[in-house]
Parts: sequence; structure tokens; C-alpha cells
Amino acid sequence: MDAVVIESLEPLIAELRSRGFAVVGPVVRDGAIRFEEIASAGRLPRGVTDDQDPGRYRLRETGDEMIFSFAASPDSAKRYTQPPRQVLFRMRGERIEEAEEEAPRIALLGVRACDLAAIGVQDRVFLGGRHPDPAYRLRREALLLIAVNCAVPGGTCFCVSMGTGPRVTAGHDLALTELAAPHRFLVEIGSERGEEIVRALPYAPAPARDLADAEEVSRTAAGRMGRHVETEGIQERLSAHDSPRWQQVGARCLTCANCTMVCPTCFCTTVEDSTSLADGTAERAERWDSCFTLGFSEVNGTPVRSSNPGRYRQWLTHKFSTWIDQFGMSGCVGCGRCITWCPVGIDVTEELANLP
Amino acid sequence: MTPVLYRVRSRRPDRVDTVTLTLEPVRGDCPPFLPGQFTMLYAPGVGEIPVSISGRSRSGGYAQTIRAVGAVSAALCGKRPGEVVGVRGPYGHGWGVPAAAGLDVVVAAGGLGIAPLRPVVRALLAARDRYGRISVIAGARSPATLVYPRELARWARQGADVQVIVDHPDHAWHGPVGLVTRLIDRIVFEPRRTHAFVCGPEAMMRATAEELVRRGVAPGRVELSLERNMKCAVVRCGHCQFGPLFVCEDGPVLRYDQAGPMLAVAEL
Ligand SMILES: Cc1cc2nc3c(=O)[nH]c(=O)nc-3n(C[C@H](O)[C@H](O)[C@H](O)COP(=O)(O)OP(=O)(O)OC[C@H]3O[C@@H](n4cnc5c(N)ncnc54)[C@H](O)[C@@H]3O)c2cc1C
Ligand code: SF4
Ligand code: SF4
Ligand code: FES
Repeated sequence: MDAVVIESLEPLIAELRSRGFAVVGPVVRDGAIRFEEIASAGRLPRGVTDDQDPGRYRLRETGDEMIFSFAASPDSAKRYTQPPRQVLFRMRGERIEEAEEEAPRIALLGVRACDLAAIGVQDRVFLGGRHPDPAYRLRREALLLIAVNCAVPGGTCFCVSMGTGPRVTAGHDLALTELAAPHRFLVEIGSERGEEIVRALPYAPAPARDLADAEEVSRTAAGRMGRHVETEGIQERLSAHDSPRWQQVGARCLTCANCTMVCPTCFCTTVEDSTSLADGTAERAERWDSCFTLGFSEVNGTPVRSSNPGRYRQWLTHKFSTWIDQFGMSGCVGCGRCITWCPVGIDVTEELANLP
Repeated sequence: MTPVLYRVRSRRPDRVDTVTLTLEPVRGDCPPFLPGQFTMLYAPGVGEIPVSISGRSRSGGYAQTIRAVGAVSAALCGKRPGEVVGVRGPYGHGWGVPAAAGLDVVVAAGGLGIAPLRPVVRALLAARDRYGRISVIAGARSPATLVYPRELARWARQGADVQVIVDHPDHAWHGPVGLVTRLIDRIVFEPRRTHAFVCGPEAMMRATAEELVRRGVAPGRVELSLERNMKCAVVRCGHCQFGPLFVCEDGPVLRYDQAGPMLAVAEL
């Protein structure tokens, strides 16, 4: 089956729900585009775009009928591939019970190329090594990915530099391109599951003109990247451990960990142990952690990285350099979230450009 | 990530704040380990910490020597025979004991660094004629915090040159005072034909490795065991990052030619 055209997302959402998927898609909430479960296409953010700059995010009405005129949002697929908190096991007397593994069937609607690349990075981290994570595998297999090709990249985007976008090429079940006048969606099939779902919808084969229009959307988007990173020689540049730049950026960094929380590839976690006074059970849970916290590297009562420059350097160096040593790929997919959501507007692309 | 339950079989207080527990699985067998590997030890409801395996007990379980420094280590040190703890592992790359065959061997320990080195010394002495001179040098903060004093004496009887030094002597101490590196003058080894195993605080390891290398030991023949914060031990939590390495899997034992340049970078 080649590409098809659908006129509305309503039948798609209904079909997914009838197949037992919770459909999670973009909505306007708290002055931002967030991801949550939706029951109908009416909840999607029609006629809204976002302005993104270092330390700045604003929604703006466009007045048109387009649904996906925004770029990366503070939420990413990480919330569903690696939940912010999960119970690992419970201990009752002299018995240990592994946590019941819940892997709800979720259809993520509106995932971008950079986010698919981020899921690919997580797959490498959690499944590609010597100790694959079975819980991650379950969640991952329960996830259906309906991507959208970016039309309006944000001011902080640089997926073209990282080779991850803006056009969806792999990792999706379906990929939509939103077309205007008349409003419709070109649907490209990425998997057998995706094809099965499309077959159940009212669709028309895609005319050559729609295919060309969709190509044009991605071409225009690629030309509108807000930012750029020179990846050539990046590992050598990041080996400058005593560059004065680290002191300068460290002096600005609040070590608030925002950048790591919004990053779709940051995978660090810690564990919390607790006991219940009610029934005497002990529980262990895992939750997101960040290398920007002091306790993260603490050994012998002192953190290995106690200074702000030290922690900022660890983060940037890991993302763009040592990640390549560890996993054979970059830890950054160019989504720009860390730039937008940094309260002081620290810009990774600028920091990289300013290293020797 | 789910621990296996082990029962405490014996508990021996070593020194003021240090205890050696022997642990046996509640069910099934105790997996083999290599000298230098560690387990993640779980005190139910309190937390989990990395602890080196300091030996195999006579009944086939793990011996683990723990110093009470915080909540989890104190809870583990307080475990009595019959109580249960959780164990994951063994994890990590151990010491390259086979690489020392035919050579002089220097084993240098600072503080509790002697714990992960104990299986090394036991392995060396169990095949005594396979090695040249075997020197064990151990430093402790004070005579009272020196662990395994009786075993150190036994190693000397079994053919090792054992030297001990303390930072803070008490009135009964007649031995040398100062840093472990001072003992390097007191042992005999042929640098170009020597393999070294070093474990202790990072500053002690760097100073010892530098001194050995200065005397002509090849940096690739000096092994160190690093300590980093660890939560998962299976390359998932990110805590033990050390430049491009994960200490939980690529370490804790690393060669000085590999670790040295990175140890020289502050806050790496
Ligand atoms: C590979 C590896 C092997 C290890 N092997 C052993 C071992 O064989 N035996 C052993 O006892 N420990 C060993 N450790 C160290 C041990 O894991 C830590 O001491 C332990 O994590 C402390 O946890 P806690 O919860 O008890 O203390 P925390 O609550 O983490 O710390 C409480 C306070 O104790 C102090 N503190 C913490 N750790 C140390 C320390 N190591 N030395 C001195 N003061 C400290 C600090 O002041 C800290 O603020 C090993 C660590 C690693 C990474
Ligand atoms: S480092 Fe920044 S730009 Fe790169 S993937 Fe993470 S949040 Fe996106
Ligand atoms: S770079 Fe920005 S977002 Fe990240 S920790 Fe520093 S201040 Fe916070
Ligand atoms: S301890 Fe978690 S990655 Fe090494």
C-alpha cells in the first residue's frame, strides 16, 4: 500500500480507540502544547502556533484551520517510554514481588521526526546493551507511533544539523503530512500495524500532486531551522576540558535540571526506597534524575562534580561526545527543547560554536 | 533490577565501624565471582549500595566487608545472622589476576580498599610459585581502623611481604607513619617485571600509581578500582559516568594507562 489521503483525523482516532489504544495527542494546556489522552480530534490545537527562543515559549493564534503548526513541546515521548516514576518491586516479609508490569497500549499522535530519533536513541540505551530492560521493551512494544512531518520548525530547532529531521523516515507506524486548501492529510505507511489501521479508514489513494505538496512541506521546513550545529569534529572540540567557556556558561547555569527534564533522550534515573507503616512492606521505585543535581555524583560524602561548570560540562559533553563513545550515536536529536526551557536561555548550539 | 534474597550466615565486626558479613542465597546457588567484582546490597526498605566481594566463605557464600558511613551501610552492618538482605550481581570487571603470572606483584590498599583486594591476595597465595615477589602494602587511618589484621599476618606467613602504615598512630604503634606511598621504599620489586593492584581513596590511588610508574612499572600493568555513585549497576541509571565509561560495567577496575588521563581532569 502506498501513501493515501484522509480528510479528517476523527475516523483515525475512533479506529485506534476501538482497537484498545489510548490516543495521546497534543492539546493546549497551561499556555503550552502538552500531550494527554484525547477522545476526539476536537481537542487538537487548531489554529495555534508557538514562538520558541532561548528561555522563551509563547503560543500564538494563527486563525487558520491547521492543527500541527507548532514544533517540539515540553512533553516528549519519554514520558511514555520511560515514565517519570515507576515501582520496581515490593518486599513483604521474606518475599520479593516484582511490580506488575503495566504496558498500556498507547497511540502517540503528533510525534515529530526528532522525537522518533530520540526513541531510537532510547532503544539503543535500554535494549541495545548487555542488560536489556524488559519493562522498557514491554512499554515500547505497546506504543503505536503516528508521526507528523514538521511544517513550522521552532526558533530553537536544529534537527537538520543532527540528521534527524524534519522529514520522518523511520521508526513510525504512520506518518502524516498536513496539507491546506482543502485541509487534508497525506498518510505514509511505516509498518504492517499502520497499514492495517489505514485499511479500516475512509481514504483515497494519494495523487501525485499531494505527494509533491508533502515533499514541499518538508523542504520548506528544512530551510527554516532556527539553529545550526557543526557536528564535524565535535568530539575533539568537546575534549577541551579546561576551556574558559565552561566557567562562563557555569556562571549563568542555575543547575535547575530543566534542560534534562525536557530532553527526550536524557535517561538518568535514581531509586527511592520506602516502607509502609500500615503493612510493613518495603517498596523500591525508580524516578527521573539529573546530572545537574549535587547528589547525583556523590561518593564519600562529596560530589565528584560539585561546581556548576563541572556539571554543565558533564551534560554537554555527554550529549554530544561521550554518548557517541558509549552508544555509537549522538545523544542529541536537535529538538531544541533544552534551549527553549532553560530559564536563563543557555543555548547548546551557541556553547558548542564557542568551544575552541 | 530485582534483588535475590540472601540470608546472613555470620557477622564478624572487624573494627570500630566495619563488619564482615557472609551471605548465602535463601534458595539456589551462589553465582561465581571474580576478584574485584561487587554486588548491589539491599537493606530492605532502607536502600541499596555497591559493595565489593571480599571473599568466598567456607560454606560457599559471599563475604562482604562493610563500613558504616551512612543510612544503608549502617543498616547492613547491623544485620544479624538469620536476617535477610537483597543481592544483585556480581557486577563489573574484576582485577586482571592472570596478567600477573610470572611477575613480581604489588598489592597496595588504602583503608577499606583492602576488601576488594583480599580475593586477589588469596588467589596469588593459593598459587604462590606462579608469581615472583608478592608485596602487600596497606594503609589505615589509625591502628584501630586497620581491617583484617590477623589475615595480614597470615599472608606474611604464607610468603607475602606485608607492610602496614597508619596516618595517626596510637601509643602502642611502633610501625611506620604516613601515606601508603612511603611503603614503596620498603618493598622489593623489579619495576619492569611488576604488575600492581591498587585500591583506596582516589588521591591515594593516583599517588601510588604515579610513584610506581615513576619507578618504571608500565602504566598498563597498574590496575585501579574506582568508586563512583551507583544506582543500577547495569548501565541504565547514568550515575557512574566517568568520561566515556560507565564504571559499573567498564570498571570498577581500570588500567592506569586508561584511567590516569581522565583522573587528572577535575570533576570528570
Ligand atoms: C564498586 C564499589 C565497591 C565498593 N565496595 C565497598 C566495600 O567493599 N565496602 C564498603 O563499606 N563500601 C564499599 N563501597 C562504598 C559504598 O558503596 C558507600 O560507602 C555507600 O554507598 C555509602 O552508602 P550509605 O547509604 O551508607 O551512605 P550515604 O547515605 O550515601 O552517605 C552518608 C554519608 O556517609 C559518608 N560516606 C558515604 N560513603 C562513604 C565512604 N565510602 N567512605 C566514607 N564516608 C562515606 C558521607 O559523609 C555521606 O554523606 C563501594 C563502592 C563502589 C562504587
Ligand atoms: S540536548 Fe537539547 S536539543 Fe538535544 S535532544 Fe536534548 S533537549 Fe533536544
Ligand atoms: S542549562 Fe539552563 S535548564 Fe539546564 S540546568 Fe542550567 S539553567 Fe537549568
Ligand atoms: S550504576 Fe547505573 S549506569 Fe552505572
